[in-house]
Amino acid sequence: MRAMNIGKATALALTVVWAAGCSTTNTTDTDTMGSDATPTTTTQAVSDSSMSGTSMADIKNLATVFYFDFDQTQVKAEAVQALRGHAKYLVANPSASVVLEGHADERGTREYNMALGERRAQAIARVLTVNGVSSSQIELVSFGEEKPVVMGHNDSSWAQNRRVELKY
Amino acid sequence: MQRTLCFIFLFFFSVLARAELTVEITQGVDQPTPVAVVPFALNGVQALPEDVAQVVSDDLYRSGMFKIMPRENMLSFPSDRNSLFFRDWRISGSDFIVIGQIKETEGQLTVAFELYDVLKEERILGEEIKANRTNLRAVGHYISDKVFEALTGVRGAFSTRIVYVTAKQLAASKHRYRLMLADSDGHNPRTILESKEPILSPAWSRDGTKLAYVSFESGRPAVYIQYLATGKREKVQSFRGLNGAPAWSPDGKQLALVLSKDGNPEIYVLDLQQRRLTRVTHHFGIDTEPSWSPDGQSLIFTSDRGGQPQIYSIYLPTRDVTRLTFEGQYNARGRLTQDGRFLAMVHQSNGSFHIAVQDLRTGRVDLLTETFMDESPTIAPNGSIILYATQEGVRGVLSAVSLDGRVKFRLPSSDGDVREPAWSPFQ
Repeated sequence: MRAMNIGKATALALTVVWAAGCSTTNTTDTDTMGSDATPTTTTQAVSDSSMSGTSMADIKNLATVFYFDFDQTQVKAEAVQALRGHAKYLVANPSASVVLEGHADERGTREYNMALGERRAQAIARVLTVNGVSSSQIELVSFGEEKPVVMGHNDSSWAQNRRVELKY
Repeated sequence: MQRTLCFIFLFFFSVLARAELTVEITQGVDQPTPVAVVPFALNGVQALPEDVAQVVSDDLYRSGMFKIMPRENMLSFPSDRNSLFFRDWRISGSDFIVIGQIKETEGQLTVAFELYDVLKEERILGEEIKANRTNLRAVGHYISDKVFEALTGVRGAFSTRIVYVTAKQLAASKHRYRLMLADSDGHNPRTILESKEPILSPAWSRDGTKLAYVSFESGRPAVYIQYLATGKREKVQSFRGLNGAPAWSPDGKQLALVLSKDGNPEIYVLDLQQRRLTRVTHHFGIDTEPSWSPDGQSLIFTSDRGGQPQIYSIYLPTRDVTRLTFEGQYNARGRLTQDGRFLAMVHQSNGSFHIAVQDLRTGRVDLLTETFMDESPTIAPNGSIILYATQEGVRGVLSAVSLDGRVKFRLPSSDGDVREPAWSPFQ
């Protein structure tokens, strides 16, 4: 399964590969270690992003909820642009801070999902930090499967519940 | 129409008043042992708040191992050896019979019961128990334990208790979570903690006097210990990140738990007296859901170090890690029976999550449930029954299954979403 993740990851843009990463900085898989060597490219690509400014008003239209695939902790490509906008704001406002709340769908055991929610929040945090945000500005809280936004035992409910909410 | 509604309401509230959880047998053993439990005679006693013989009948029925003779089919209600005619009971098909009487002297109740083998016409056991009007259900469970052990050879667990969590949505973004304590049959439910934020992973200390659990009441997860007798509680761990999955060591001196303060979820052991924290696992994967082996020498835990969640064991003196589960893509939240032989767990197959049991001696895995979102298995202290959480519609309910899969029963709840059961040790 991990091998599959990596296959998928390498198929995506370098930015996303970096953003997705793995749950932690070290991993036994050398392929992933290899992809860790690309952050500079990512950061450069980010710095010319002009989609948002540096005041609260500039970020109010940015997405604050980011969704994930089942049992996955990879940040999706479409989330990266909004996250860069949040990063730009946080870099410009070092006293501002965010809480990243990680969530899982109801499938699987509760404590395992607690860990999964944290991994997702970490993946989002990694996108922010490679874009220059200080880790002291970021707090992670996982709620696992305990706070679904939608009740219901079906794919669409689960898809909406697998998320990280970014809160200022 | 109105009358029907009224009736439904009345029925609903009477159920509420009786117990929050009620038991329904959904499946039993193929050839249950026929037993008659005769209503206990009241000798000079005013009406009692509980029908002790009914408590015993219900307990034995709930075990799935007995067929209980309906009272209306009884030709007589003997209460002592002299009024007991074995032939009558043999003809009506009972192999065993429980009789009893309750006396009152100066406000003190005495409950006397006897168990007879109808075929051999022999007394198996009997006892007199001091009681009062408030503990008659407990007396009933005590009698059930004695009868169960005499007839099956397995210690009864009817006198034990359970805790579980209920969740109720009160408004769009307003929830109420409750940690509940009840008798093992679901009676006498009482709230021991209420919060607007999630509560999970309740765990009993082995002496049955304390609980550890995770509460988000501060907005972040923290592990708490609560004393049942006094309600006194203390926060034991609240590091940055995860603080979860507490599990008491068999000697009660240590608490295994999960912390992600070092970057990812790892298992730690907290010495409760010295407050010393020792990290037990070292892996970049998820390590969580620790549970102690009965000898306290090992912890079993869930890890995705192999790519998917599987259950591992770590032998604490050497820190040697052994993988225990190999069947299927997802095995998690293991719990061992008291003899250490069987591993109950959550097992995924065909997209559904079921309770499975693995015989650690032979490696054989049996699926015990066939519903679709079964989780949080907790084993009765006598190893006979696994209680677990499942879904009925969009509501969580508790169900139970015997370790051999032959007996199943459900404990439907009338109050919100029920989850996270934990069965107490013997007390």
